[in-house]
Amino acid sequence: MKMINEQDLHSERAPRVNAWVRSGEPLIWLNAAAVSVSVIAVVGLLLLLAVRGLSHFWPADVLAVTVSYQDQSRELLGEVVEEVEVAGVQLREAGIELQGPGPYYKRTLLKQGNRDFLGTDFTWLINEQFGERRLPPDVMVVERLEWGNFYGYLRGVSRFNAPEVTVAADGAAATWQALQGLIADTVAVREEIRHIEQVDIGAINYELERLRLRERRLELEGGLDATAAADLASLRAEQEARFRVLQEQLYVLYDSIKDHSYSAELADGRVVRLPIAKVVRAYQPNTMGVFAKLGMYSERLWEFLTAEPREANTEGGIFPAMFGTVLMVILMSIIVTPFGVVAAVYLREYASQGFITRTIRVAVNNLAGVPSIVYGVFGLGFFVYFVGGELDQVFFPAALPRPTFGTPGLMWASLTLALLTLPVVIVATEEGLARIPKTLREGSLALGATRAETLWRVVLPMASPAMMTGLILAVARAAGEVAPLMLVGVVKLAPTLPLDGNYPYLHLDQKFMHLGFHIYDVGFQSPNVEAARPLVYATALLLVLIIALLNLAAVSLRNRLRERYKSLEH
Amino acid sequence: MQTHAIDIQALKRDQAQSPGQASPAETSLRMENLNLFYNTTQALFDINLEIPRQRVTAFIGPSGCGKSSLLRCINRMNDLVDGCRVDGRLLLENEDVYDRRVDVAALRRRVGMVFQKPNPFPKSIYENVAYGLRIQGINKKRILDEVVEKSLRAAALWEEVKDRLHESALGMSGGQQQRLVIARTIAVEPEVLLLDEPASALDPISTLKIEELIYELKSRYTIVIVTHNMQQAARVSDMTAFMYMGKLIEYDDTDTLFTNPEQKQTEDYITGRYG
Repeated sequence: MKMINEQDLHSERAPRVNAWVRSGEPLIWLNAAAVSVSVIAVVGLLLLLAVRGLSHFWPADVLAVTVSYQDQSRELLGEVVEEVEVAGVQLREAGIELQGPGPYYKRTLLKQGNRDFLGTDFTWLINEQFGERRLPPDVMVVERLEWGNFYGYLRGVSRFNAPEVTVAADGAAATWQALQGLIADTVAVREEIRHIEQVDIGAINYELERLRLRERRLELEGGLDATAAADLASLRAEQEARFRVLQEQLYVLYDSIKDHSYSAELADGRVVRLPIAKVVRAYQPNTMGVFAKLGMYSERLWEFLTAEPREANTEGGIFPAMFGTVLMVILMSIIVTPFGVVAAVYLREYASQGFITRTIRVAVNNLAGVPSIVYGVFGLGFFVYFVGGELDQVFFPAALPRPTFGTPGLMWASLTLALLTLPVVIVATEEGLARIPKTLREGSLALGATRAETLWRVVLPMASPAMMTGLILAVARAAGEVAPLMLVGVVKLAPTLPLDGNYPYLHLDQKFMHLGFHIYDVGFQSPNVEAARPLVYATALLLVLIIALLNLAAVSLRNRLRERYKSLEH
Repeated sequence: MQTHAIDIQALKRDQAQSPGQASPAETSLRMENLNLFYNTTQALFDINLEIPRQRVTAFIGPSGCGKSSLLRCINRMNDLVDGCRVDGRLLLENEDVYDRRVDVAALRRRVGMVFQKPNPFPKSIYENVAYGLRIQGINKKRILDEVVEKSLRAAALWEEVKDRLHESALGMSGGQQQRLVIARTIAVEPEVLLLDEPASALDPISTLKIEELIYELKSRYTIVIVTHNMQQAARVSDMTAFMYMGKLIEYDDTDTLFTNPEQKQTEDYITGRYG
């Protein structure tokens, strides 16, 4: 300001600039610019994630092309993933002969699948080597449980104990129908197998493990006499008998599908025979209309949301990760909210506001700035090894030396994140408590309420929107946190969900999957980078959406509370 | 003033069943050499005062003279202020309020208080009135319904709110809120009502209603009112205490104090020479 005032004396324009500054307009522009940049950044991020992630599920056309290079030519089939321009120099230095004038050349990333026959399922091709591009109508895409996608032409379908249906003898349409029918049967059988293996046999295994622990416990306590042993043996025999029955069922089911197969011709003319037992679905994208593709798109998107991952997480769904994230955040909220609120109440309502309280408050505020990996290390050292180890000694000696709680798991992850988000909840709640008018407390006290009654009936309900604010911030932070989780409970692939039908239903000692870690794992630890990339985008989008959803739920709850407890205005 | 008087007459007729007034000689509250300190600052000096039962006693005086502090001594609201200390005696029905054995919550149920700014809880009208009973553990709907209606009637609010008892009290006007606070206070059946400038945040019509209410309530409660407004003190009170700089300067019948004050300071104040 002083400088401008000096300019006033010398310049004609200075007063106008001065007036403009004083009108506040530059500040308004600056504010608007900041908001715009934020909005653009957020929208841009979401758009990027949505476009890159969601387009992956669209059944793209399959291109057939002849690629010729140095007098050799080969036939290729595949989906065009992306096309980019590269400098010719770069390609020449890589030892590739180029025909065109340059300096830039287009190249294409082709998803050719058939990893079991071709070695790699993605390949970069230089466009100038392309012959005619064709979209053959009878090309089919087969999604498989192993080896990734298959691209080729259907030649025949063979059902167990039945004559083969071939394209030559029965026509393409009949063969295609036969294939789809067999796939549907196989998928149904596989679903049945999965149910038996995961639910029924899972329950038996769980029961057997409990019997083992019981025996071990009796052994440790010295109470394992003949009757107890006989008792256990009969219980075990019962479970084993049930298991044998189920195993018989499984054999029959496996046998019923194992000999179904289809034969197909690859792009290079080889004909191969493959098992239908490993097929997820087959479709012919080049003949599908927009609506058929939309149907397939939603089917694949649904699979992504509800199925388990397969092929080292690069295919299939992410349901366990989604489930683990939400469950962990909910547990964390249940732990952190009461704890943070009680701490804030003590700091604000009961502690005398002296030096020590101020120091504690500063310390709490600073805890929010500690890097999260530090919390992870602390969680591993204190919760997992110390607390968990002690718990195992006291409550689960029968299972030792295998740890029950002395190993990373859902409970420790939730506790570690609760600790991480505690400062946020404390600070927000304290601010809420401080904002409640003194007159309201006095009003309650003057009616003969004690301080505790006043707190419980007037102050806490009025501070509840502030607590919700704290919780919202905590959830937003916890759901996106990855680093500490890697140390205290998250794994790449958890065989079962931490919530199931076996007593006690919620298994706090189990390891679990998490979207944030899934992104890291799929994106950076995957053997098949190209296949994983779209999944990283899609998973990131889902994580953002889940956090937004959790936040929206909390925000709407807060708004309702605010409406109810809006402070006095007049 | 004229219409006000007529109004009160009309109200008096409606209240035929109200109990007869006690004789003025009976003392409800007695202060003996009461001193109040905030840390090292002394706020009240040797207050000696007898407040009669079922009468309205007004404390007047300029801002900062200690009249609110004195009022807050009576139900020990000053306990909430850090570094506050009282010596001397303050007797409610001959029991020392500052005795160590006194249960402060029980004392505050006997000595209700209404504050300068209406402070209804962010709950429904019904729950505001029922609050005092609920903290005493009374949750029977029949009793609560009865007390809520009786208290709201006594606070001349029943007719205005009977159809929206379960709506938020924050939707009421300031005057209604203040009467709700009075209803809430008398729902716990106190013996003494302390009013700390109850009408200072209200418009003239609401003020008039509060004054009418005070007039009615004095048949049942000992009322102590702090006010800035000398006309209000003259209108509603039977006894008036004039305070200045933490000291009680003069205490007498309202009529006597306003028409024939003994002290020069009192005369200066009520004639508007300072304050």
